[in-house]
This record gives sequence, structure tokens and C-alpha cells, in this order.
Amino acid sequence: MTETRTPLRRHTLPVIAVLTAVVLIWYAAAVWLNAPQVSERLEGIGEPWGWRELVNGTWSMERPVLPAPHQVADNWWTSVFDTAVDSPRSLIFHAGVTLGATVLGFALGMALGILIAIGVVHSAVLDRGLMPWIIASQTIPILAIAPMVVVVLGSMGYPPLMSKAVISMYLCFFPVAVGMVKGLRSPDTLQMDLMRTYNASAVQRLFKLRLPAAVPFLFASAKVAMATSLVGAIVGELPTGAQAGLGARLLSGSYFGQTIQIWSALVMAALLGVALVAAVRATENATNRLMGARA
Amino acid sequence: MKTGRHALTAVAVVALIVVAAWMLNTVNAPEAPRGKAAGMVWNTLIVWLIALWWTLRRLAALPARHRLKWLAPAALGATFLYLWELLVVGWDVPRVLLPAPHAVADALSARWDVLWPDFLQTALAVLAGYVIGNGAGLLTAFAADRFDFLKRGLLPLANLAGAVPIVGIAPIMVMWFGFEWHSKAAVAAVVTFFPMLINALAGLAAVDAMHRDLMHTYAAGHAATLLKLRVPGALPFIFNALKINSTLALIAAIVAEFFGSPIVGLGFRISAEVARMNVDVVWAAIALAALAGSGFYGMIALLERGLTFWHPSYRK
Repeated sequence: MTETRTPLRRHTLPVIAVLTAVVLIWYAAAVWLNAPQVSERLEGIGEPWGWRELVNGTWSMERPVLPAPHQVADNWWTSVFDTAVDSPRSLIFHAGVTLGATVLGFALGMALGILIAIGVVHSAVLDRGLMPWIIASQTIPILAIAPMVVVVLGSMGYPPLMSKAVISMYLCFFPVAVGMVKGLRSPDTLQMDLMRTYNASAVQRLFKLRLPAAVPFLFASAKVAMATSLVGAIVGELPTGAQAGLGARLLSGSYFGQTIQIWSALVMAALLGVALVAAVRATENATNRLMGARA
Repeated sequence: MKTGRHALTAVAVVALIVVAAWMLNTVNAPEAPRGKAAGMVWNTLIVWLIALWWTLRRLAALPARHRLKWLAPAALGATFLYLWELLVVGWDVPRVLLPAPHAVADALSARWDVLWPDFLQTALAVLAGYVIGNGAGLLTAFAADRFDFLKRGLLPLANLAGAVPIVGIAPIMVMWFGFEWHSKAAVAAVVTFFPMLINALAGLAAVDAMHRDLMHTYAAGHAATLLKLRVPGALPFIFNALKINSTLALIAAIVAEFFGSPIVGLGFRISAEVARMNVDVVWAAIALAALAGSGFYGMIALLERGLTFWHPSYRK
């Protein structure tokens, strides 16, 4: 990270080059993957056809195997800007539903993770007994229980927002707990000794030394947790019966073979993820400035 | 003196187990009082929990190198399972809401003939996707390491991919590759690609300048430096990615099975049995997936220990 001063200029050109390559490969792949269906249709019409007709056909199908980038962009644009926000065809509406569950789950997961970390740092029992289980829980495909949580909580009358948030919380408490344990332990012996000479209580040590020292660790974990929380919310929307949300949009697209709809929902999910992580990063920068860090 | 302290802890553990067995037995009897009626059990439980905490503190105070140091986590895990069983049985919690551990174990053994093929189907997809995704990620990392332009173009995008819910490509892959395991392997491959790329690149860049200079004085070329110095040096990072990916691949395959699969597979079993409200079978499938996930992770951790024995974190 020696060249942090001019990262933009160092990276702009290569990134644009890679992105251009991706788009070109995408268009080529669209021709290749859609060609069988299009040529079949052109044969059916019976008129002579050449490369031009084939390529045009592959880039403008209604249900292509792989939609061309401009089709996805067009669909995304229409369903974001040319559709009423409260309509179930609007991606803004679906993204909003997913966003609510993501943020709620993220907040719950952060709270749970921080509480567990504080417990682990202060109690030998939790440190020795609980920490191995928290780490082991990471090797479990927790996401597999998502449909069950939604169905079971739903049958008890809880709104889907709540059950999706529970899944997201489950997924994102782990990185926060592990990061915060590291962070709360990051003050060195000298600093802890200084607190002891002040006759500071455990609570004072926590609030005046440990928590401020843990802030960088907290934000590093929060970025991971936010991304996982979004995955949790989307997977939570997959079980049958989900009416709204990006996950439901993916599912209905896959039922009815609407590939363009799937791709534009994916684009929306990607944008949402990037925006959420960027929001965490902005909060981090603001906090650092408030805490007097040098830019 | 020391033996006496340990003897006291051992007595406490035995007493806790005896009382626990009594409580479960009381609640389990056919005509037993349940719920509020079983007040004496719940009163005993409160005392039992206080005694348990006291015992756990003694167990946790064992020195870190003690050969019985696994007792504290084991006791806490066992307590968790026990409380789950006791509370679910004692309060007659509906099976649909939360099945007791014994019900899950029963479902696991009763439906083993169904769950085992499910497991094999999913494991095949996970392994295939894992190998392809990690292999492709590693090769791309080598290429990006060789050509700086590629690296500067790929790295920001790969980092961006970390914020993107990639599992969402599952419906597309199911359309492209069909309902069989190939589509699940494809999702697992894409999901595991980026963590491997990022970690391998970081690992290849992490080589000490001194070491690189040494290779330079040996007149070693790019290939020799890569093979003899930088790949071994990157192994801890590569294993980190392999460990992250072991869980990610399993999740990806299971989620992809929600979008359509032949009538086998853990993901299929979970979604089918949820719809039928057979929650104990669902839990059995999840237990199987959890065991497989931990086993997979453990094998990779063992392999890591064997190959990167020189790393400071393993030195005694």
C-alpha cells in the first residue's frame, strides 16, 4: 500500500481494460450461446439469412440463454426509473424490501457480536468454552437453514422481515465477534497497566481504552458482515411464498425463464452490496476523523 | 494439594451429570409433570446452572497446555445439547417449531437411506466446484502476478466481488447446466474463485525483499523464484482461501439446489421436507451438512499443518 496517493490513476486504465474485455467476451458469448435457437427460428422463416441476421437475433431475444449487456441495462433502467416505486415490477421496491432485512439483520448481528466479544474478553469460561464453538460454527453451512427459519417463524405469525433479519444476524455476528475479540485485546500491556495505575474499573477500562482501540477492527469486520448480511437476506427470500425482495425476483425469474429479469435483479443486488459496503466505509472515515485520526 | 483441587472438580462434574440425568428422567417419564407443573425440576435447574458455572470456571482455569483443556468447550457444548433436549421435552415444544436432539438423531437414522444419497450428490457437486474454482483462481493469480497490468485491473474488481451476493447466479447456472450436479458445481466454482484469487495474490506479494534478493543473487528466473520461493511463501494465504472456500462451496451447492435439482441432494431434501413440515428431517440434513462442513474444513487444516509446518503459528 505504498502508492495510496494515486491509486485512481494507477488503476483506472487497467480496470477499464479488464471491464471492456469482460463486455466483449459477454457479447461474443451471447452470440455463441443463443445462436442455436436463433438459427432454428431463422430456418423456420425460410428466407436466406447471414451473419448479420444471426448476430442481431442473438442480441435481441426475448428469453435468451444469455442476454446481451445492453438488454440487461435496458431492463434495469426501465424497472428502476420508468416504473412506479410501489409497483411489484419496480426493482427499487424489491431492493428496498431486501435492504430493510439486510440492515436490520446487520444491526442485530453487530450488537450480538459485540456483546459476545465483550463476554469472551472478560470471562475465562466463555473464552475457553464458547470461542471454539463460535469458530466451529463457521464451518457449518448455516445458510441451509434459511428456508426453515422463514417457514417456521412465518407459521408462528412473525413478518418475513423479522425472519430474514434473523438469518442475516446469524450470518454476520461471527465476523464481528471474532474481529472484536481481537480488537478488545489489542491494547498492549503498557496501556492496560496505565489504566490500572489510574485505579480504573473494568467498565472504565472497557469504555475508555478497549472499545476505542477496537474501532478499526470493528469496521473491518463490519464490511464483511454487511456483505454476508445481504446474502442472508436474499437467500431468506428464496423459499416459496416470498412475494417481494431481490431473492423472490430471482426465484420468479427462474420459474418463468425470464433471464433478463434475473440478470437485472443480479445487477441490482451487486449495486446494493457495493453501496452498503461503501456506506460502511464512509462511516469508518467519518468516525476516524471524529476520533482525530490523520487523513 | 493440586490433586485435591482436581479431585473436587471431578466430583463436581460427576454430581452435575447425575443431577442432569435425574432431571431429564423426571421430565421424560410417561405420566411426568411437564411445563409449570414440573416446578421442582426448574428449581433444581437453576441451582444446577449455578453449580455448572462454578465448575466451568475451574475447568477454564486449567493451564493452556494441559491435556484436559478440551474439557471446558466440550462441557459447554454438551450443556447446550442437554438444555435443548430438557427444555424442548419439559415444555412440550411443538415438534414443528424445534425438534429435540433425540428426534433429530432418530430422523437421521430412520431416513439414512434417503439422506446418504442426498449427501453424496451434494458432495460431488461441492468437490467438483471447489477444485475448479480454486484451480482457476490460483491460475488467474499466477497470470495476474506475472503481468502487472492485469493485476491492477483485476484486483479492484475482485475486491468489489466480495461485496456482491454471487450466490444469486444460481438460477442462471441451473438454466445453463441443467438440474444435475453440474450446475451446482458451477455456482460453487464461481463463488470460490474470487477469495482464492485475492488471497493467492496477497500471498505471492508477501515475500520478503531479502529472500527475493537472495534468489536474485542466485540468478534465479521468474519460474524458479515462483516455484522455490514465492509459492511456498504464499501457502499460508492459499490455505486461508481454501478454508474459507470449503464452507462457501457447500453453501453455494445447497442454495443452488433450492433452484431446481433432481430428487436427491441436501438442498432439495431441506426444501422438500420444509414444505411438508418434517422439521426433524430438515435438522437431520443440516446436521449432516454441518458434520461434512466441519470434516472438510478439518481435513484442509490438517493438510495445512503438514505443508506449512515452518510457519510461526505452528512452532512450539
